[in-house]
Amino acid sequence: MSANSQNGNFPLTHYSVVLAAQSDDPAARSRAIEAITAAYWKPVYKYVRVKWNITSEDAADFTQDFFTRLLEKEFLDSYDSTKGRLRTFLRTCADRLFMKQVRDSHRLKRGAGSGHFPLNYVEAERELENVPNSESPEDRFEKEWVRSLFTLGLQRLRSCCESESKMIHFELFERYDLEDADPKPSYTQLAAEFGLAVTDVTNYLAFARREFRRCVLDQLREMTATGEEFRREAQALLGVEVR
Amino acid sequence: MKQLSDSVVAKLRAEMQVPDLDGTRYSVVRQLARGGMGSVWLAEDTVLKRRVALKVLDLVAPADDLAARLLQEARILAGLEHPGIVPVHDAGTLADGRAFYCMKYIEGQTLAQHIARKGLPDKLRLLERIAEPLDFAHARGFIHRDLKPENIMIGAFGEVLVMDWGLAKVGATGLKLAENEIATVVRPTQNSLRVTGQGSVLGTPGYMSPEQARDSTTEVDHRTDIFSLGAILWFMLTGTTPGELPAGTGSMPRPLRAICERAMAADPNARYQFAGEMTADIGRYLSGAPVLAYPEGLLERAGRLYTRHRTAIVLVAAYLLMRVLFIMLERR
Repeated sequence: MSANSQNGNFPLTHYSVVLAAQSDDPAARSRAIEAITAAYWKPVYKYVRVKWNITSEDAADFTQDFFTRLLEKEFLDSYDSTKGRLRTFLRTCADRLFMKQVRDSHRLKRGAGSGHFPLNYVEAERELENVPNSESPEDRFEKEWVRSLFTLGLQRLRSCCESESKMIHFELFERYDLEDADPKPSYTQLAAEFGLAVTDVTNYLAFARREFRRCVLDQLREMTATGEEFRREAQALLGVEVR
Repeated sequence: MKQLSDSVVAKLRAEMQVPDLDGTRYSVVRQLARGGMGSVWLAEDTVLKRRVALKVLDLVAPADDLAARLLQEARILAGLEHPGIVPVHDAGTLADGRAFYCMKYIEGQTLAQHIARKGLPDKLRLLERIAEPLDFAHARGFIHRDLKPENIMIGAFGEVLVMDWGLAKVGATGLKLAENEIATVVRPTQNSLRVTGQGSVLGTPGYMSPEQARDSTTEVDHRTDIFSLGAILWFMLTGTTPGELPAGTGSMPRPLRAICERAMAADPNARYQFAGEMTADIGRYLSGAPVLAYPEGLLERAGRLYTRHRTAIVLVAAYLLMRVLFIMLERR
């Protein structure tokens, strides 16, 4: 677990996928674009699907095309973190690309979403079924960004717990904090279910929550270029109005 | 991994903000308030088995300067031991790196709630009690700079507490700290102008003195709090913030209006110079004596004297009337 994020402050040096994605090193750029794609493909897919009311096949093609262009340095070179948020930039790029494709009437057809990035469009399509109609595509994009970030944070947490032989911590967290069960299981019920003392349940959950917070913030750090941008994004993530 | 539902995402977002109290004697109960850079949490002191309030910086607050300021705020509060100022029990850094301090949890009402059913004399006596801790702090060189009804709490036993010293400043006569500005995490309300740092506008419109609103920190001294105290009296008497459309000011006694106006004079030299001067004038009003802020006319003086000595005047008048009647009857 990284020490530099212990106090929630921005470390002096950190790996930023945004900076790496703008670098001239093809290998570093490729890895960075993969990380950006992992965080943003669902928000982009669902956004174009809902905003432009296109078919799932067209949305899948568009998503592949969009992130391939990112890899080809078509968009990201013009991104300046001091002028706006990455996710707003990407959403604007998606809008522009879509309008350009409509205008030029030559969408790149790669065949139902096949392409450089192995993305699970079936899963994204299933998730879209629960999207309320009242939400604007822009609001949905923001929500999907948060969901995507938390999902990646959870994947990190799972890896950490696996590597430290603390999967029971993760499973407890999953059972208590990640399920929509109503009513929630009590700590006593969880203790009986997992064969633990109630105090262990309390301690394990506290550990998992603390590590989850760290994993999400680490993930967010990587997705930002500067300390200031990180703080802005973290404040947005935490729902704190930036003054 | 299964998709996180909207409700789970909302819950995780809330969870992200909960301070990590691992290794401390406290456990979180719930959030009480939040501001631009921090939040206040109700917590339980697991050793003493009592409820306390924790003021905690946000995870992503801009690093060390705010942490130092929060500590300074805690030190100011710790140095101001007065029944009208919330006591600080503890301060430090949490496991997640956030600075915090622990203070007494006040269960009570805000000023607005408390005065809803109070009569004029009760309101005036309450203002006297608000002024006491201010006078105490001013005498030690501290200026609150954000006095407003939301920052006055009335405890369960009727104790009056001046809260939220987050914008407090050490005046020229006060203790010298590392910085002269101690702006720090606060609990902003919708109307608050909250910018931290030296040379910025701090305070709340309507309750902020003109010199404070002008951002002239060198001009601001303890008399900026006198202005706010006048604005609070105005609020208590009218239910409105000064500057808003007047509601029922016509029924406000002229001496009290004059007290408000003197406290809120644009020129600090024209205000009461100390909180105690203002409360002395209020005390005079309560006892029926002439107030310094209001030069009354002959009729008003007569009316006031009549109100103050009504019983004696009525008895004397009745006696004189009877004497006159008696003399007239005798002459017949």
